[in-house]
Amino acid sequence: MSQSAVNKDDSGKESQASDISEAIIRIAGNSQDGIQSIGGFLARLAGRSEQEVMTMMTIPSTISGGPSIFQVRLGTGDVLSPGDDADVLLAFYQHSYEGHVSNLREGGLIVYDSDHVEPNEEWLKKYRHIGIAISSLTVEAIGGTTRDKGKNIYALGLIGRMFNLDLEKLERLINERFAAKGENVVKPAMDAFQAGYRYHSDDITNLFNFKNGTVDRSNQVVMSGNEALAYGLIAAGVRFGAAYPITPWSDIMELLRRELPKYGGSFIQCEDEIASVSMAIGASYGGRVGVTGSSGPGISLKTEAIGWAVMAEIPLVIVDIQRGGPSTGMPTNVEQSDLNIACFGGHGDSPRVVLAAADVEDCFYTAIEAVNIARNFSVPVFLLSDQAIATRIEAFNEPDLKKLCQDLAPDLTPVQSHKPYDLETETGASHHRVPGTRIEDGRYPVVTGLEHDEWGHPSGSPETHKAMTQKRRNKLKALAKTLPIPEVYGPESGEVLVVGWGSTTGPLYEAVEKSADNGSAISALKLRHINPLPEGLEDIFSNFKRIYVVEMNDGGVYGYGQLASILRARFVDARIQGINKTDALRWKVWEIIDRVNERLSPDPALAND
Amino acid sequence: MSENATLESLTQDTEEREPLTKKQIAADTPTWCPGCGDFSVLSIYYKLIQKRKIYHEKVTTVAGIGCSSRFPYFVQAHGVHYIHGRALSFATGVSLSRPDLHVFAFGGDGDAFSIGGNHFMHTARKNVKMTYVVMDNFVYGLTKKQTSPTSPIGFKSKTDNWGAFDRPINPMKLAISAGATFVARSSHTNPKHLLEMMDVAMDHDGFGFIECLSECTEFYKGAFDPTNPRKGGVFDLVPEDHDVTDEAAAYELASEDFPGKFGIFYKAQIPTKNALETGLQDTAKAKFEGKEDWEILQSTFNRMK
Repeated sequence: MSQSAVNKDDSGKESQASDISEAIIRIAGNSQDGIQSIGGFLARLAGRSEQEVMTMMTIPSTISGGPSIFQVRLGTGDVLSPGDDADVLLAFYQHSYEGHVSNLREGGLIVYDSDHVEPNEEWLKKYRHIGIAISSLTVEAIGGTTRDKGKNIYALGLIGRMFNLDLEKLERLINERFAAKGENVVKPAMDAFQAGYRYHSDDITNLFNFKNGTVDRSNQVVMSGNEALAYGLIAAGVRFGAAYPITPWSDIMELLRRELPKYGGSFIQCEDEIASVSMAIGASYGGRVGVTGSSGPGISLKTEAIGWAVMAEIPLVIVDIQRGGPSTGMPTNVEQSDLNIACFGGHGDSPRVVLAAADVEDCFYTAIEAVNIARNFSVPVFLLSDQAIATRIEAFNEPDLKKLCQDLAPDLTPVQSHKPYDLETETGASHHRVPGTRIEDGRYPVVTGLEHDEWGHPSGSPETHKAMTQKRRNKLKALAKTLPIPEVYGPESGEVLVVGWGSTTGPLYEAVEKSADNGSAISALKLRHINPLPEGLEDIFSNFKRIYVVEMNDGGVYGYGQLASILRARFVDARIQGINKTDALRWKVWEIIDRVNERLSPDPALAND
Repeated sequence: MSENATLESLTQDTEEREPLTKKQIAADTPTWCPGCGDFSVLSIYYKLIQKRKIYHEKVTTVAGIGCSSRFPYFVQAHGVHYIHGRALSFATGVSLSRPDLHVFAFGGDGDAFSIGGNHFMHTARKNVKMTYVVMDNFVYGLTKKQTSPTSPIGFKSKTDNWGAFDRPINPMKLAISAGATFVARSSHTNPKHLLEMMDVAMDHDGFGFIECLSECTEFYKGAFDPTNPRKGGVFDLVPEDHDVTDEAAAYELASEDFPGKFGIFYKAQIPTKNALETGLQDTAKAKFEGKEDWEILQSTFNRMK
């Protein structure tokens, strides 16, 4: 909401309505207040209108009570990141008011529930305050004693009024949302919404007005990163998975458990992480790509089995929704500290593929890509997402499902003979004949974690181990040749290239936009394929004087984050430096710009992290 | 997915095929020590395949790690040599996703009751359709004589030089209390009995578990002589009047001192995990009759617009 213009209407009287192209609204309350459903409505509204949307949601580990927030960034242009500081804070309680005021930009607007919040004298001078008795007005609107219920919908009405949002569409969304629960739920919801929307005060009506967007967004879908990832797996043809619940991975397994039966598939909740990965590998062996997933600690537990899948050359997709670590760490915070375990976790030389999704839409497509790579190269594929992408909601162009959906039914056509670990295949990858396949010469394969010869027989031969180790590694080299070279965001050459992966990418791209506006252009590079890396990166790097790898993980003993270390090892390029942080919060755009500027500063004191 | 496997579908085929000969079923020469009890179990498995006229491709043999877990290499059938202790989880993945196959899992006492103990309990309680034969030798043989979860108190091993003092697991009690729906006990010294048990276990619609005593001649010689009439022992069958559906009676039978009884201790007919999951799919699919997968997904996406 950068341009806060004061408009004059025909009578010459000042009206407060500012034309805006985007707004960041933070809503803070308790878990049971249904804060997230407000965000859900706004997100869905945005998906159906000219506004693109990105939201950020935190869910406390507690089941009920405790603080809950939802931040939504609505914009009529491209929304690249969740945004930095909020323009508007809607606070339901004293603790939500006090706890989130620091996330409001200077001069921002606070709308608070005057039934619960006592404004602070000092903050009254710094921020604009509007107190509305949300709790009692909701009770008044709904009637009866449904205290504390419906406040979220009332607040949604208020927001609708403040931002001149599409009334008709919002009403339709509320109807759709509650229709299944019956009229005795729809009616109070609608009453609460309309009471909020019709709340009349000069303070609040016509505060802001969204400018019309330029892009046609009529054909968009709105969902969270975890939803996009799960539906991507379904589109890819995955029909079996197994996992153990852990935050923030659990939504994916809940969704797949619910959805897969419609497609004749199953998702199994297991007794532990090791059983989960083993069951998924068992299903892969059975002929379809099996999927497992987890977060932090659960991934550690799966590593032995993943090593088996590398050795036996069985396709597998492992989803890792990263959170703060190590150990139990920070289950509801974001971090990018699992790249090393994804690339290298496990004993022995165990080459596997690592892909990183950068945003919600990317989760959908990367899931399909992960499944196809696993199949084509008979290899475990890590699909990295993180807590920030997992829980936020974005609108994106509806995928062409008819074209994208795949059928991966196993092929049981009899074969004359089958050499399970043939050293002469085109890519080096084995393509197993699945159980149930008749092999005419009567020699049936055993897939195994022991080092083996081409027929799958255990082998202790030094030559065999050498050849098979090469085979397992060379198929990744073959894969690398097929990967697209990533495109530079911003100028193709210049002083500074910032390199990122995962949810860091959005803020990096926005930093590129902001720095261009300020005349000190930087460029950004997003890496989606991390192991193996695509070819041609050195040509991109050669166009820049400095390369900063921006990550949410520790710079470690030697000062380079996890991706930075991989790139340094790969390119032996001293220009590759790390910009890291470990506050378990997502990157803000200004943080990136400040940290880059510090590095560029001639003052050596500033250049140190 | 394919039709559910019935025992008939395992043997029937569109064309007439000769039943397999022992030579056709046998694969690599077993690497076990001379006199190892596992040889008997392997030859009984061959006999079972011949007797039931099963073709190579209709069964999958899964094993974990241990001497006995080398099993799949010695059988001409699709086979899996998985990691230590997790054979049952792997086998569950195959069983649930490929209802057209019969899954056999083989392993030892360390694999089943120590490192894989958790999976044993949960595979049993979920009643996943498969046949699981544990070759119990009361010792870790592959790693050369350490204490196993079934080693009796006083057993002198390299990790208990003075004699083991941790109480051993009783596999039968464990299986019954975990909710296994077919629990039987046999011994390598009585191949005819073992064949009978495997034959019945294979017909069981659910998780069929057999503890088969299998002597390690190298590290625990003579362990099962008390069960072997040729060595002066007694092979005592489960009494004819034992009610296999009586869980308490089965538990009592399992509580007897070594060498105990042999035969079927417990058998219950409850829905398999396989059937329950299929039921879930049938109900869910019914709402989308005639729809392609992409259309089902499209209907979900339409609600997210």
